[in-house]
This record gives sequence, C-alpha cells and structure tokens, in this order.
Amino acid sequence: MKNYTLVSVFSLWAIGASCAFATTVGFSQVGSESGWRTSFSEAVKAEAKQRGIDLKFADAQQKQENQIKAVRSFIAQGVDAIIIAPVVETGWKPVLKEAKRANIPVVIVDRNIKVDDDSLFLTRIASDFTEEGRKIAQWLMDKTEGNCAIAELQGTVGATAAIDRAAGFNAVIANYSNAKIVRSQTGEFTRAKGKEVMEGFLKAQNGQALCAVWSHNDEMALGAVQAIKEAGFKPGKDILIVSVDGVPDYFKAMADGDVNATVELSPYLGGPAFDAIDAFLKGNKDLPKLISTTGDVFTQETAAAEYEKRRL
Amino acid sequence: MKTSVEMMSSEALIEMPNSQQTSSNTPNDRYQAGKSTSFGRYLWPLLALALLLLANLFIDSSFFHIAYQDDRLYGSLIDILNRSAPVALLAIGMSLVIATGGIDLSVGAVMAIAGAVCANLLLLPDIGLGTVVLAGLVVGLMAGCINGTLVSFLGIQPIVATLLLMVAGRGVAQLINQGQIVTFQHQGFAAIGVGQFLGLPMPIWIVIGMLVLTQLLLRKTALGLFIEAVGCNAKASRYLGINDKSIKLFAYAIAGLCAALAGMISTADIQGSDANNAGLWLELDAILAVVIGGAALTGGRFSLFLSIIGALIIQTLATTIIVSGLPAKFNLLIKAIVILTVLLLQSEKFRRQLSGLFKLRVFKGTKVGDKK
Amino acid sequence: MSLILELKNISKHYPGVKALEEVNLRLFSGEVHALLGENGAGKSTLVKVMTGAQSKDGGEIIFLNEKQHFNTPIEAQKIGISTVYQEVNLVPNLTVAQNLFLGHEPKRFGLIHFQKMYADARTVLTQFKLDIDVSAPLSSYSIAVQQLIAIARGVAMSAKVLVLDEPTASLDADEVQVLFGILNQLKQKGVAIVFITHFLDQVYQISDRITVLRNGRFIGEYLTSELPQPQLIEAMLGRSLQQHLVEKTSAEQTSNGTSAVLLSLEGVSVKGSIQSMNLTVPKGQAVGLAGLLGSGRSEVCNAVFGLDLLDSGSIHLAGKKLHLSHPVDAINAGIALCPEDRKVDGIIGPLSIRENIILALQARVGWWRCLSKTRQQEIAQFFIDKLQIATPDADKPIEQLSGGNQQKVILARWLAIEPILLVLDEPTRGIDIGAHAEIIKLIRTLCDDGMSLLVASSELDELVAFSNKVVVLRDRYAVRELSGSELTSQHVMQAIAEG
Repeated sequence: MKNYTLVSVFSLWAIGASCAFATTVGFSQVGSESGWRTSFSEAVKAEAKQRGIDLKFADAQQKQENQIKAVRSFIAQGVDAIIIAPVVETGWKPVLKEAKRANIPVVIVDRNIKVDDDSLFLTRIASDFTEEGRKIAQWLMDKTEGNCAIAELQGTVGATAAIDRAAGFNAVIANYSNAKIVRSQTGEFTRAKGKEVMEGFLKAQNGQALCAVWSHNDEMALGAVQAIKEAGFKPGKDILIVSVDGVPDYFKAMADGDVNATVELSPYLGGPAFDAIDAFLKGNKDLPKLISTTGDVFTQETAAAEYEKRRL
Repeated sequence: MKTSVEMMSSEALIEMPNSQQTSSNTPNDRYQAGKSTSFGRYLWPLLALALLLLANLFIDSSFFHIAYQDDRLYGSLIDILNRSAPVALLAIGMSLVIATGGIDLSVGAVMAIAGAVCANLLLLPDIGLGTVVLAGLVVGLMAGCINGTLVSFLGIQPIVATLLLMVAGRGVAQLINQGQIVTFQHQGFAAIGVGQFLGLPMPIWIVIGMLVLTQLLLRKTALGLFIEAVGCNAKASRYLGINDKSIKLFAYAIAGLCAALAGMISTADIQGSDANNAGLWLELDAILAVVIGGAALTGGRFSLFLSIIGALIIQTLATTIIVSGLPAKFNLLIKAIVILTVLLLQSEKFRRQLSGLFKLRVFKGTKVGDKK
Repeated sequence: MSLILELKNISKHYPGVKALEEVNLRLFSGEVHALLGENGAGKSTLVKVMTGAQSKDGGEIIFLNEKQHFNTPIEAQKIGISTVYQEVNLVPNLTVAQNLFLGHEPKRFGLIHFQKMYADARTVLTQFKLDIDVSAPLSSYSIAVQQLIAIARGVAMSAKVLVLDEPTASLDADEVQVLFGILNQLKQKGVAIVFITHFLDQVYQISDRITVLRNGRFIGEYLTSELPQPQLIEAMLGRSLQQHLVEKTSAEQTSNGTSAVLLSLEGVSVKGSIQSMNLTVPKGQAVGLAGLLGSGRSEVCNAVFGLDLLDSGSIHLAGKKLHLSHPVDAINAGIALCPEDRKVDGIIGPLSIRENIILALQARVGWWRCLSKTRQQEIAQFFIDKLQIATPDADKPIEQLSGGNQQKVILARWLAIEPILLVLDEPTRGIDIGAHAEIIKLIRTLCDDGMSLLVASSELDELVAFSNKVVVLRDRYAVRELSGSELTSQHVMQAIAEG
C-alpha cells in the first residue's frame, strides 16, 4: 500500500514537472529502409538520451496505418509530445485532431504532411528538399559552365523528396539553355535499381555523351557508379555524378574520385525538434511552421576528411 | 466378344511389351497430336517475347546491337538476360512449388537473408569464397526446408506458411545487417554478380547452370512426373505409393536454394547487402513469370523453360520502360497492360472469342456483298 | 400426357470425337424417362446440352413449343429444367439448408430469412426420410446423404423437367426406394424426369419410357413395358446378351482345392469402422466382401492398404506380419488397391494415360531410376491393347476417358507392378455393362494366374459370380462366410438382412 502512495506522489510530481520540460516523447519513425534513415533514428535516440528524455520509439515499417496506431497509443499513454516522421503526406488530419484534443504538441520531421489546418501541428523540422535540388544544380552548373546533358535518377514515384528535389534542380537549370535532362527514370532510391537504370541509359544513349548523372539520393548514385565503370567509362571524370544525402559510403566514393558532389541531408533532426517542444512547453506559442535544416554542398576536396568524421 | 485378358499371365505382363511392341505400331500422328498441344504452349509466350523485343527496335534502332568490348559482350539484349537472372532463378524454384499446388511468398525475403549472411561473412578477414557461397546456399536450403516442413508435414496452407517467412525473413536480414546497408570489397564474390565468363555475365551462366541441373534432376529421374502427379491429385498420388510430403518438401527446398542464388547475385551486383530492398516484391515477379509461362496456380504441369521465358518477358518490359523515355509514373501501368495482354493471348477462350468477332465481321461483310 | 421438351437431331463434336450425332429425345409430362447406354454413349453430353452446360453444334431444343438456346445452366434452370449431376455439385462448407436453397434463399427485408430456410429445409428433407441437422455443414455427411440432398435441391426448385444423372450410384437399397417414392410423387404433379443409370432393374422398376444411345447415336425410343431386358441390353451393346453372361465354372473348381492362405486378418479393429474382423484370402482366389453401405466393406479394404491404422489385431501376408502405416508399406508388401472413389482417389486427371499407368511402377522403382519414354510407351500400349482401353493414343489425359476406361487404366496401373494381392473397392461402379463383363473376366483370369483378390462390391450377382467365397459384413462385423453351393446372391442377400 505504501508503495502505491509513493508511486502516485511521484507521478503527481512528474506531471507537475512536465509542465516545464518534456520527459516522455513519442517518436513514430517510417522504418529503416535506408542507411540515412537508420542514422536519423540513431541520432534522435542519442539526442534524447543526452537530454534525459524518455523516448518511445515506434518503427512503422513503411506503413501509415502503423504510424497512426503508434500515435494513438502515444496519446493513450499521455506523452508530453509526439514526433512524427510521416510515410506519406495525406491522411493525418483525424489523428492530429485527437492529439490536439489531448493537448499534446506534434512535431513533424523530415517529410511533409498535407493538412488544411496548420494549427494541428506545432512545427515541421526538415531539410528543404527544393533548396537541396537548387544547391546541387547550382554547383553542377558552375562546374560545367552551363553546358551539360544530364541523366536523372528519380526517387520513388510520388515521394516528396523526389518531387521537390527535381523541382529545385529543374528551376536552376532552366536558366542555362545548354543544360538539359536527356534521360529520366525512377531508380526507386535503391542501389540495385539505380545500377539497372543507369545500364539502360548508357545503352540507350548509344555513344552520345552524357555530361552528368543527377541522382535523387546517394544510394542510386553509387549503383550508377558501378554501371558506368562496367561500361568502361570513368565516373567522376567522363560522367560527373551529383546527388543528395551525404551517406558515409558516398563520401568514401567521393574521396576515391568516383563521384563529385552531394548536399548533406542532416540526420540530426532530433535536437531542433526537442528544442521546439521545450520552447512550446515553456510558453512560446509563436514557433515558425517550418524550421529548415538544409545542409551544405560537399565536394571531393573535403571528402576524405569528412569520411573519417562519419565513419562508424 | 473376345475377352482381352485371357492370354495374360502376371509373369508375362511386363515382359510381353518387349516382344510384342515395337516402335512400328506407334503411329506418327499420335506424337504429332501430343506435339501440337505443347507447340501451342510454347507459341504464345515466345510470340509475346518476340513482339516486346520488336517494339524495342522501334524505340531504339540499336537495340539488337551487341558489341564486344573489354573481353565481354555488351548490349541491351545482354543486359536483359543479365538483369532477369534473379527472377529467372526464383521462377525455376517457384515453378516446382506451384506445380505441387503450393506457392512460396518468402523467396524475396530469403534472397535478402542469403545476401546479408554472405555480405557479413565477407567482412571477416581471410574467409574463403567457397565458404561464403556454401553458407549462402545452406541458408537458402534451410529456409526452403522450413517452408516445406510447415506446408507438407504440419499441413499449413502454403500461402500462410510462406507468408510467415516473407515477413520474418526480411526482419532477420535486417537484424543480421543491424539496419545498415553492409558493403564489402571482395573481387571473388563480386564476380558472381558482375564477373564474366566467355564474354557473358556470370549471372547468365548461373541461370543456365541451374536450369540444366534442375531440368536433369527432374526429367532424367521421375521427380518431375511425381511433382506433377502430386500437384494434380495429392491424394491419388499417395494411394499409388508416392511420398507426397517429401515431394513437396523437395520443391520448397529447391525454391529456397534458387532464392539464395538469386540473393547472392543481387548482393554481388551492388557489392552490398540491402536488407530492405534486396528481392523486394520479386516473389510476385517470380509467380508472374511462372503464370506467363502457362502454369496453373492449382498445380500440375510445369515447364522450367517457359517460366524462364516469363522472367525474360518481365525483364524485357522493365528494360523497355527504362529506355523508352516515358515518364516514370507510367511504369506500373504499362507493366500491367502488357502483362494482361500476354495472359489474354494465352487464354484459349479469349482467342476463340477474338477470332469469333473477326469471323462475324467477315460474315457481315459477305452478306452486304450478297445484297449487291 | 403432353410433350414438354423435345430435342431434335442434336449434334455435338469435340476435337477428334463426335460425342453426339443427330440424337433425339422426347419428354412427356408425368413420366420417368430412362436414358440408357454404355459409358461413352453420349448420355452425359446430351444432358449437358439439354441443360445449357455445353453448347450444341447442331439440332434444336424445343421446350413447351418454343425453340430455346441455353448458354448457361442458369438460363435452363430459370425456365424449369434442373439437373442433379453424377458428381455431387454442392458446396461442402455451406450448411445443408444453404446448399438446398443456394441462389433462391427465402428473404425477409432483403436479408436471408434463416429461420424459414431451416424450417423449409427440414420439410423438404422429411420427404426423403432424412432426419439430419440442416444447419450442419454438408461435408459432415456421407456421400449418400449428400447425393440425396443434391436430389432434394433439384426437387425443391420445383422444376418442370428434372434430370438425374446416376442418382442411385451411391445410395443403398432403402434410400433408392425412398427416392423412387419421391419420383412417383413428382410424376403425379406432372414433372418429367430424365433418369440415367447403370442399374437395369431400377429402370424396370421406375421408368415408363426408355431412350437408348450408343456411340453418340440415337438407337431408339421404347416403352419400358414393351422392351424386355435382353432386348434392352442388345440395344445398348449392339450385340446379344448371351456373350455377356458370366460363367462361374472356374470359381467353383478352384474353391474345392485347398490353397495356402495368403492374407489373414486376425481380430482387426479400426475405431468407428470395423470390429474384431477375422478374414482369410487364399492364394489364387477371389474373396468378395458384401454388405450395406457403411457395413465396413470399404473400411476393410482401407485397413489392408494401410490407409486406416489398426487399433487392435494384426494383418499377415504370406505368413509375415505387416506393419502398415502408409500405403507405401502395403505396396512394398505387394498389395494394391483400386479405390472406391475413382475420381478423387484414383485418377490423376490432367496427366496422360501413359503416365497414369506407369506411375505406380515408377513409384515402386524409385524416383532416381526413371523409366524411359519408350519403355513407358510400351507398357502403356500393352495395357491399352490388353484391356481394350478405348483411346486414340496413350498421351490423352485420363480425365477425358469414360468411367469404365478410367477404371481399366487404374487396373493397368496396378497390374504393371504385379501385386500378389489386389484389393478392388467397387470395381464396377459407374461402369457400363460391357466393361463390367470384361472386368469380371479379368478378375477370374488374374486368380487363375495365381494372384489373390479382395473385392468389395454392392453388385451381388457379380460378387457371387467371380468370388470363391464371400464374406458378409454387417454393422462393422463379419457375420457370415459363404462358399461352394451356398454362394448364391439369394444367400448373400439373406445374410446381409439377417446376419
């Protein structure tokens, strides 16, 4: 009996304390479909541990229904805040309303969501995909002085990252009349498919030169590197390779001279998310709806040093 | 009426054919009758493949061009053969499983497990290529035996039994890789995916090797016939002394083995094991390949050769889409339409209705002519 | 009596086969019309054309003075032609009542009125003297009951024409009488009934008129009262009955000699099917098993073949005790079984005749030693010739053969492995008279060659004709053994009735 009293006193104290800063946060992650995704999850977990936050981590295995279930269970558990890395953009309104009714702030990280009422979430912390596309395109245009026949390896059809990165990239190269995307197909963000599609491109080009490969993520670019090598060309020299993500393997390839540049997609989204939650719980109701964490362009010059930093 | 059996003695039953029967009283037309049906089986899938390849010629005039550079053949046709290897291997195993009336949904996940095991072993110092390959094959065989045991000895429905491994298997592969894409540098193992022999990529040789081996195993022994018998009527097969459970176990084991080979090829191809994406949805392509090859999902007759034609059709389509320059969002739609067309062409009923429509039009035409 | 349905000059061709050529059939209201012919005569095809299951290639169908074109069985059903097929065409997982009313369930507020459906089902089945749980799944009842339910379904649809294809094949004598009672009631109501059967005594008991087909051709239409049985058989076979009479001489001769015991069952019990059974089969003799459905006839066959595990007792073959846990054990010991349900347990439908014949031999030889194609062809052709299996070639799928020819293929399958004991469960069920005689003669020839046979059959005349002795079973026990002069169908019948 005594124990019960003790526990309830303790939990009362905990509730009181939670008014000042978050102690329990639910995090619904997409899954672990790529190396980047895994480092993202790990970074959030590490950040939470450092701040002494009890992080409830739910892996949705690429399914929105799992995410919605997870969010509902977070609400039922009465967490202080919820972080969602959404699988898809639509279908979030009902569960976000439930969270709002329970007065639990929701932070969206990474991919975007579409809701007509933006009071349903606190803020979105993400790299700006369009900006990434713009940055890498500008780098490529500077490098080639605007003369470039480009092969594009798209991400999964319909993914925000693919759509926005393409939009940013295309907006920049539109200013250069001699730069053009001559081949475009989806490599589904995977290395194997990137390689297969690149093989097809090289055959279809039939000798006509390609100046660069623009890949929507590093994995596909690494696949394309293999295809180019097998076709007897030198990736990074005969055909330039640019991409977005900044995974360790890509830095290594860059240090070896096989690829040319990437824009880092920071996996450290946990810090800004927890900062936003704390700010909100301390009474700051005026947060911007998008907190951008777009990374920088990395090139071969610094690649070796950066790879050492990123090695596990 | 003369009774047929009067002169029969049980000792003579087996001996008599030798003395009495010669090939002379097996008329030729009997075999032709048999042939005409098997010719029909081969005609439509081959025709579909030929049409698809021809379509490519219009998209890209150099499609059939094959060059010899860096000691190997280089061209779109070679790519198609090379890229179809994983699905072709899966289709070999899937043909057997489907022939027994079963289905194996786990082959994609088994690919991922085998790839993950090999990739992680390759990270160990001083490990022999033979050991790694053997480990991969053993893993596939074990997975196949688990499926086979669940289906034949525990009587779980194939779709459910293999669904377990389809879901769990990918998880196992992720666990082995600890959520990362595990990459390796090993020339020997990479050769399984990107090496070449006599100018052809290694995966093509692996498929040919597996096809020849399996075909010999099935048709030079009675295993193929037993598989078909069990697939047509498992109960009657048991009644005539075939061990139907072992036959089913065998089919799933071969499917596991083929999946492991396919997994090693795709891992060697990118020199890395991607547990999330390796072999993802390929079980469906493999099933499709077998169906395009004319096999019934209810079991019975099968042809490994036709299943591989099915795999080639699927891959030709994929390559066509890549080189066609059409926007990527149409990929799945185009795939569905082409495959529907192939399946409709194979349906005798559809062909009959189509030709009926044609006849009707001709008939109407003559009628108009008569009135004149 | 008025003409309801008339089929005129119906033709139907399959690739390579003329299944029907200018066949006629007239159906009058309030009659039972027997449609007779050997297997492959075209009865089933005619029924399929009549009921819309298959399209005709020529001729016309006139129903109540109107020309009809059915494309599906549903269209035929709508105007009042309903069919009960030879194989039970019901849904095993649904309840008895759901099966009875499938497609025309009693509705209330647009939903199925289950109470009424169950009540109606009970009423319908009482006519058939069937007192069963109508809410239980159909599959929980025996084939005989399922067959009655299938017939009841046809009756319940209140048809003008009711086609019954082999309705009595799996019914015992009492059930047949119940069925005939109902058919007589339907006659009173003016329903025309087409009755297809192999049992000629039933034809004379119930039918008013007979149409005979042979090899896809129309032979004649007769009034039953004016056509004595010998002439009927002659019409069906195209030859006279004398040639078909089965001689019993050889059986009597060998039964006098004392042969060594080949198979013996001592106190064999299988839970729910046979009880402390003692039985011996001497070498080179045929032993018959007689009894009603469910008396343990088939169950003895199954136990000897290792399909049912023994609870107690032992089986000895040639002096050695058998441990049977799988059919393979029995086959290795030299025992073969032609199962009762040929379609389900016997044939492997899509495979060719050749493959069906050599499979058991191949299974015996082992998977690693494949018989060559030429060897397979020789063996298959040998048996096709010897057993006169009617087929253009050995590569035809077995499912395209008639029942009698399928049975011959299965016999050939077992003869190819030269068993020392051949167990036949209902070897002549669903087989035409010509094939009957051939199979009976085959049984005797095999005995003369030293093979032993154990034959379960409901055809008593045949059983006494070829058996050296007959064991009569009743309620799971062996009640009598008849041999020598006692071995007549009268005595067997008596033993079945009295024990």
